Amino acid sequence: MDKKRFYAIYDDEDDVLNAVKIIKQNNISIVDVFTPFPIHGLDHALGLNRTRLGITAFIYGCIGFIVALTMTYYIMIIDWPQNIGGKPSFAYYLNMPAFVPILFEMTVLFAAHLMVITYFFRSKLFPGQKASNPDVRTTDDKFLIEIESDNSKDINDLLKKTGVSEVKMQEIN
Amino acid sequence: MHKRASIREPLILGEKSYHDITVDIAKPVEGKANRLWWIVFGVSCVLFIWWILCVGYTVGTGIGVWGLNKTIGWAWDITNFVWWVGIGHAGTLISAVLLLFRQNWRLSVIRSAEAMTIFAVIQAAMFPGIHMGRPWLGYFVFPIPNEYGSLWVNFNSPLLWDVFAISTYFSVSLVFWYVGLIPDFAMIRDKVSEKIWPMRKKVYSILSFGWSGRAKDWQRFEEVSLVLAGLATPLVFSVHSIVSFDFATSVIPGWHTTIFPPYFVAGAVFSGFAMVQTLLLVMRKVVSLEDYITIKHIEYMNIIIMLTGNLVGIAYITELFMAWYSGVEFEQYAFLNRFSGPYWWAYWSMMTCNVISPQLMWFKKLRTNIVFTFILALFVNIGMWFERFVIIVTSLHRDYLPSSWSMFSPTFVDIGIFVGSIGFFFVIFLLYARTFPVIAQAELKTILKSYGEKYKVRK
Repeated sequence: MDKKRFYAIYDDEDDVLNAVKIIKQNNISIVDVFTPFPIHGLDHALGLNRTRLGITAFIYGCIGFIVALTMTYYIMIIDWPQNIGGKPSFAYYLNMPAFVPILFEMTVLFAAHLMVITYFFRSKLFPGQKASNPDVRTTDDKFLIEIESDNSKDINDLLKKTGVSEVKMQEIN
Repeated sequence: MHKRASIREPLILGEKSYHDITVDIAKPVEGKANRLWWIVFGVSCVLFIWWILCVGYTVGTGIGVWGLNKTIGWAWDITNFVWWVGIGHAGTLISAVLLLFRQNWRLSVIRSAEAMTIFAVIQAAMFPGIHMGRPWLGYFVFPIPNEYGSLWVNFNSPLLWDVFAISTYFSVSLVFWYVGLIPDFAMIRDKVSEKIWPMRKKVYSILSFGWSGRAKDWQRFEEVSLVLAGLATPLVFSVHSIVSFDFATSVIPGWHTTIFPPYFVAGAVFSGFAMVQTLLLVMRKVVSLEDYITIKHIEYMNIIIMLTGNLVGIAYITELFMAWYSGVEFEQYAFLNRFSGPYWWAYWSMMTCNVISPQLMWFKKLRTNIVFTFILALFVNIGMWFERFVIIVTSLHRDYLPSSWSMFSPTFVDIGIFVGSIGFFFVIFLLYARTFPVIAQAELKTILKSYGEKYKVRK
């Protein structure tokens, strides 16, 4: 039997959340859900894993901190120590309090930018990327669930029960 | 599903549906500019051209064309720099701090406030740049290995901390703004008809980075927004603290005080919100967003203006008290000179605009009045400019050595660059208002059911 792709379009975010739960209960696999805005609890209903972007931000922040430490240590202590305003430059820990603002800013700089780059990379967002939402109204006011199945009759009946406003079907060859 | 607090007033007026929000936000982008927009844009362009001429003259001839002298080496340029950076603080403060506090009223104002931040920081960065005299050597401020042996930047210097702080702040704010813009650009991309405007469709496709609104992308989007807000909040506080270190770490009477960092941060938030108010009051009229930027939003911002105005007022009084209590003659004289010396008019303009006038905000009738709010916001903008002028010029013009006492008077170039920078700012802001989604519509839609007037009535 041929596999078919279903696009179930909803008008209300509460209906979508409900529909996702019902579809999941019936063991039908959801390919993706497209929504115009984030729906609270949708990732949980879909069984998506927690995103690890927050953890990457922490790691990137640590890298930024180490880079700043190395940079200030090399420039101010190793390469060319100078007496500036009587601030001690014999050892790093003596001069370090003056570098706290730099250490902080570099930590934030690395954490923020590298996290956003990771986010763009993971979500495949970049200039020139083609939009992949199946219906243009999903950035306006419609919510779309994409389902793949080979049993079209059951799916249609099930979707009707979830308060769907429109179902589109597409053959996959 | 949605919590509806009955005591909360609606934040989205009118019988709006999700589609209505889309239409309202896309309207300024799709429509034609009205006459008012063209008039303001024309005036701003003229000022911008004046700015280009004055900057060209300064760079070509040298900063001797300014009114600076040996005693007063910092005057309008640094005043303008601090003023613009201060204005640039409300944007990230509104979006980051209010996101962490889950203040839903932020959603209607964040986009424009962040835009204002970015455009204001561009203006701010320009001033130290020109003050270098040879701006093409501006890259010397970065720790780049160079051909002059071990000529490194000095990490002990607050001016270098400033370089790092401002560039981090600018780039992180820009990224924060853009991450939020992507779903809204996608909305416009999908709304614009390819047949009528193929070019626009193409531009918004590129700008939206192929955003499709997948569940996983939204999950990441929310995480990234939250983490960026968490990073940006201490960043906002650090940046203006570091700007204040430019003064506080020196040994000039009137500058050498530990109160400067919190005092500057409060002042920055104060002037930033005043500028947001000024811009939004005009914008909501010009692009008809009265249903989204409501009296309630204006009132909330006025309350913050009043609060931060009072913080600034306490700082002024503390400074006076500490000057007297310190027992240091130089410090005492610096403050005596501020309020009764030759620049008394600047000091008292600052006091009137920043401390006395915001007290009127205690009256609900006044803080919910649009015309009054607009005038008061202008007062605060002027007052905060005078604050920086007072701090910088009155402290410098009479220092330890009376034989070098002097006065500062700006030349037409000083005035031209300052007024021109306001024109430059408005040129960018007005272009933004016609081409960008001026309200974070995707996120605003999430609160429609809990704060929309339509849903309030139906409960």
